[in-house]
Amino acid sequence: MNQNLYNYILGIADNSLILGQRLGELTGHGPSLETDIACTNISLDLFGQVRSYYQYAAKIAGDKRTEDDIAMLRKEREYVNVLLVEQPNTNFAYTIARQFLFDVYHFLFLTQLEKSKDLTLSAIATKSLKEVSYHQRFSTDWLKRLGDGTSESKAKMQEAINDLWTYTDELFHQTEADKAMVAEGIGVDVTTLKKAYYEKVEAVLSEATLETPESKWFQKGGKQGIHTEHLGYLLTDLQYMQRTYPNMEW
Amino acid sequence: MICEEGTNCIEKQNKRFPFSWEVNMTTTEQNIDEILIPILEKVSDPEIPVLSIMDMGVVRSAIIENNIVKVQITPTYSGCPAMDVIGDDIKAALKIAEYDSEIELILAPAWTTDWITPRGRKALEDYGIAAPLNAEADKDVLLNGKRLVKCTNCGSMNTRLVSQFGSTACKAQFQCDDCQEPFDYFKCLK
Repeated sequence: MNQNLYNYILGIADNSLILGQRLGELTGHGPSLETDIACTNISLDLFGQVRSYYQYAAKIAGDKRTEDDIAMLRKEREYVNVLLVEQPNTNFAYTIARQFLFDVYHFLFLTQLEKSKDLTLSAIATKSLKEVSYHQRFSTDWLKRLGDGTSESKAKMQEAINDLWTYTDELFHQTEADKAMVAEGIGVDVTTLKKAYYEKVEAVLSEATLETPESKWFQKGGKQGIHTEHLGYLLTDLQYMQRTYPNMEW
Repeated sequence: MICEEGTNCIEKQNKRFPFSWEVNMTTTEQNIDEILIPILEKVSDPEIPVLSIMDMGVVRSAIIENNIVKVQITPTYSGCPAMDVIGDDIKAALKIAEYDSEIELILAPAWTTDWITPRGRKALEDYGIAAPLNAEADKDVLLNGKRLVKCTNCGSMNTRLVSQFGSTACKAQFQCDDCQEPFDYFKCLK
């Protein structure tokens, strides 16, 4: 089994799984019917993409592992998503800030992954890119609406951006699997996305009449499995059925 | 994959259809055996019962090999929950016509709203779902607030976007400012 490729796929897919789960928590709890439906539709897109990635990973693993095993039966330290996506839905401003800060990255990332020498990853990227362009529109639109809205919505939006800013730099850290896959022409060199990312984010924040945070202190660890305390709670929810009834089938 | 008793494997653990990512660069065209067309046309999209899966463009190939029909379908959106049902419905329809079948989900080339046939677009409109505009007009409507989507109830163009996501991921929610009727718009996917 190609361990680097396997780890590399998980590095991509775990972000979408955990973010999808966070958005799924809003089912029936969104601030309005339309935003509730939008957030859960985005969640569904992400889960759809995750299935393709995990099925491919299971195929590479070559043992009896299935996509469900990979999604449901790993321990917290074995998830390699970035810290950003596991942050909670503190309020709608946080949901939007988290989504926006991830969508801008996700779109840039998939645009490069489309050029991968690995035809499977390239096909998944092409398919996903169409969906993610809608996600980015949604989060950008709401960021502007809340940022350039009332004094209260602006204050909350700014607070959420300030709080989540510390998790953005990790998006551009390379793992060992990243380096190996970049060398083979399969992976995306995330360090090259950083400039375009911050330019785009700053432009939208400015349009939303929000300040770009100046803090240069960034959190990291998710890509090595060292998570914030939030992930454990999320996983107990996500894995509940498989832990309570091991090997259950639908 | 061979299932041993008491172990997990994809086929055993769930009845989902296997994905395939085989990229066939030359075909955005369908490859469907003519005698199968009338059978497949009777299978409809479970979310939009008036719309045949053939008019939706999700059936990419259907050929008979050694008395087994091999069907390839492609999802409209990655997470589309209708695909498993569509796969089961195709199997059932072919079974009635006395064919055994194998269903495979393919991801490439990725589905586009261009594959919806003119008949499919009409069925959508009749059902109350506005058919997708071209990519540029779609962007104008969803991003710039232009009024280009025709109300499926009264035909007025005086309509506005309510939400970029509607009752399913593939649709956006609109409302007509003349007759006040809310309706879905099928988003352009290119």
